[in-house]
Amino acid sequence: MELLSGGEIVVRALKDAGVKYLWGYPGGAALHIYDALFQQSDVQHILVRHEQAATHAADGHARSTGEVGAVLVTSGPGATNAITGIATAYMDSIPMVVISGQVPREKIGDDAFQETDMVGISRPIVKHSFLVKDATEIAATIAKAFFIAGSGRPGPVVVDIPKDVTAPNHRVPYEYPEKIKIRSYQPTVKGHAGQIKRAIKTLLGAKRPVIYSGGGVVLGDASSQLIELARSLNAPVTNTLMGLGAYPGTDDQFIGMLGMHGTFEANTAMHHADVILAVGARFDDRVTNTTDKFCPSAKIIHIDIDPTSISKTIAADIPIVGPCDRVLQELIDQLGCSDDSQDESAITEWWTQINEWRDRHGIYTKPRHDASEGNIIKPQDVIRSLFNVTGGDAFVTSDVGQHQMFAAQYYLFNKPRRWINSGGLGTMGFGLPAAMGVQLANPGADVACVTGEGSIQMCIQELSTCTQYGLPVKIINLNNQALGMVRQWQDMQYSSRYSSSIYEDSLPDFVKLAESYGHVGIKVTHFDELEEKMAECFSLKDRVVFMDICVDRSEHVYPMHVAPNGSMRDMWLSKTERT
Amino acid sequence: MRRILSVLLENEPGSLSRVVGLFSQRGYNIDTLTVAPTEDQTLSRLTLTTHGNDRVIEQITKNLNKLIDVVKVVDLTEGPHIERELMLLKVKANDLQRAEIKRCVDIFRGQIVDVNAHAYTVQIVGNSDKLDAFIQAIGDADILELVRTGVSGLARGEKSLRL
Ligand SMILES: Cc1ncc(C[n+]2csc(CCOP(=O)(O)OP(=O)(O)O)c2C)c(N)n1
Ligand SMILES: [Mg+2]
Repeated sequence: MELLSGGEIVVRALKDAGVKYLWGYPGGAALHIYDALFQQSDVQHILVRHEQAATHAADGHARSTGEVGAVLVTSGPGATNAITGIATAYMDSIPMVVISGQVPREKIGDDAFQETDMVGISRPIVKHSFLVKDATEIAATIAKAFFIAGSGRPGPVVVDIPKDVTAPNHRVPYEYPEKIKIRSYQPTVKGHAGQIKRAIKTLLGAKRPVIYSGGGVVLGDASSQLIELARSLNAPVTNTLMGLGAYPGTDDQFIGMLGMHGTFEANTAMHHADVILAVGARFDDRVTNTTDKFCPSAKIIHIDIDPTSISKTIAADIPIVGPCDRVLQELIDQLGCSDDSQDESAITEWWTQINEWRDRHGIYTKPRHDASEGNIIKPQDVIRSLFNVTGGDAFVTSDVGQHQMFAAQYYLFNKPRRWINSGGLGTMGFGLPAAMGVQLANPGADVACVTGEGSIQMCIQELSTCTQYGLPVKIINLNNQALGMVRQWQDMQYSSRYSSSIYEDSLPDFVKLAESYGHVGIKVTHFDELEEKMAECFSLKDRVVFMDICVDRSEHVYPMHVAPNGSMRDMWLSKTERT
Repeated sequence: MRRILSVLLENEPGSLSRVVGLFSQRGYNIDTLTVAPTEDQTLSRLTLTTHGNDRVIEQITKNLNKLIDVVKVVDLTEGPHIERELMLLKVKANDLQRAEIKRCVDIFRGQIVDVNAHAYTVQIVGNSDKLDAFIQAIGDADILELVRTGVSGLARGEKSLRL
């Protein structure tokens, strides 16, 4: 067997785990590993400008490909800087392995220089973690970490490795395990047959069914099964913020996103549904509004790989634990041979009702622009323009705020893994580094980062990483000169007292800033130049383009759930109108 | 309702902190907790008592199972089971009190495990209610210190929690 040092084993095990790109930042405790990286070319290391960005980039890689993202950071501040990105991945169940350097074994516990208890600090935000105690354990531990991160309900795994374990002078035999078996970890691979039978009966008996699908369908690559089942049931489909793209956004059966900023028709249909098929979704509080008032007449079928998601906030009538693709496929198969049949006239009537809701208060299907208000740009129109110019086929990452909701509402995603946003944690600063990860994993693809002037400044240093590695992402900055989502809440709940949501003329000139990194900056101030400049942006294939687009400062995101104490159907539809 | 959960856990560094962390992270209660390795040195067995409605208990069980280090979880209170807790207490025992305390210990089938001129150390074993009852019963005596192990238990019959 080959003898390798601990540092070399880390790198070789990463390669054997299938890692092509490793996002990271060096420092003392990780230097043996960095030296091993230098001496090979199988695993490419990408030097970010802040460890948070490394985790978001690996996350973007994972979301866009389904592969496990990989990160390497040093101990202490390197590790703590990675925490936000680990939490972001954890909340959205993103597969990721984070390797952190640690102080040498004999110094652990001494408050040594750059020591932090990484396993302890990350414990509530990881799927699992390991502290490696010996060079002989590295390969098996890394193999386990990748297996755990990518299987079942995915999630981030931390592998903390003390510096002396990676020392170059201590060589041990290298062996990467061919098969991984963990006796205490066996994710469910198949749904319960009896429950599936009950689900079929309930679905066929439904007069007002809704399919509510979430991020689990994207993560579980169950989109084609979802489409097939929805078609055969002729049921309306709504997606969560995390689930967008799993069902085609331009399809007639798609009734839009649901939840706090969901469409009128999706939220209203949910409220009136008699059967809800929830698949890979977790009844998040941003979806359900007040749980006591949630969908009063609905029987709930809930499919999820994670039993803890079932009956956590909303009790399920028919729980089915299993991977979304398998369970949906079993539903499709059994639907074909069931003796029951659907009440077709009831379904037709249901569609008549839904279409009426659609026509009444849909999101804007025509440009939001109103010539009588001058040449001002509405943020919704920027997203529509982005959709047009990219043929609806771009990877769109996003930050957090109003721009994120506009992107979710107006970019109609027709494929899964195209919409990449921090839904669970809501991490400002996610968009740009995530876009880098997507771009590197999908060379040649159009990658747009929809952001705001607030969020982009949380990881703007990564413009430099884009320069170094030639990552031609397109930044679509909806510049409303405010922490817009905060200001919207202040308008609605605090009588427009803008406590710390505006910057008082302190914003940088983003065009010059982009140029200083060697990128192209384009400023857009008038509606009539929007489409043309958007096209120019995407024609610059090999360049990073920073589109600084001045949008209407006063715009709010609607619909918006009435809270607290509202139900699914209680929404503000504009500043003055509510249901 | 009070529940007794038995958990088989990989005997790995950090695995106990994951279990305990889960309870604080999700706002669940731990009333008692005992843990020690089993006859198989790679496994620890942990017994914890908690309380909550059925929904909470179900979530606790599911979340415990979700921890990678947890091999198995059973709710002992779901079936017939034996539970025991051990209590040591040191009570002031001067002249007159000595006989009274001794009588009480006998009634509870306890033992006096250490004696000196002014104090008895008493050991009582039983379910938690019995231990509580003993504390009540010697109400007049001066308790100098008291320690309880927390509950441990097994299901009755042949049913057993193993790999
Ligand atoms: C790291 C972080 N800090 C604070 C928040 C709270 N927050 C949510 S949206 C928002 C405003 C975002 O402003 P901007 O990026 O300009 O987007 P806009 O809403 O204006 O489109 C803030 C501060 C957050 N989500 N993330
Ligand atoms: Mg803004």
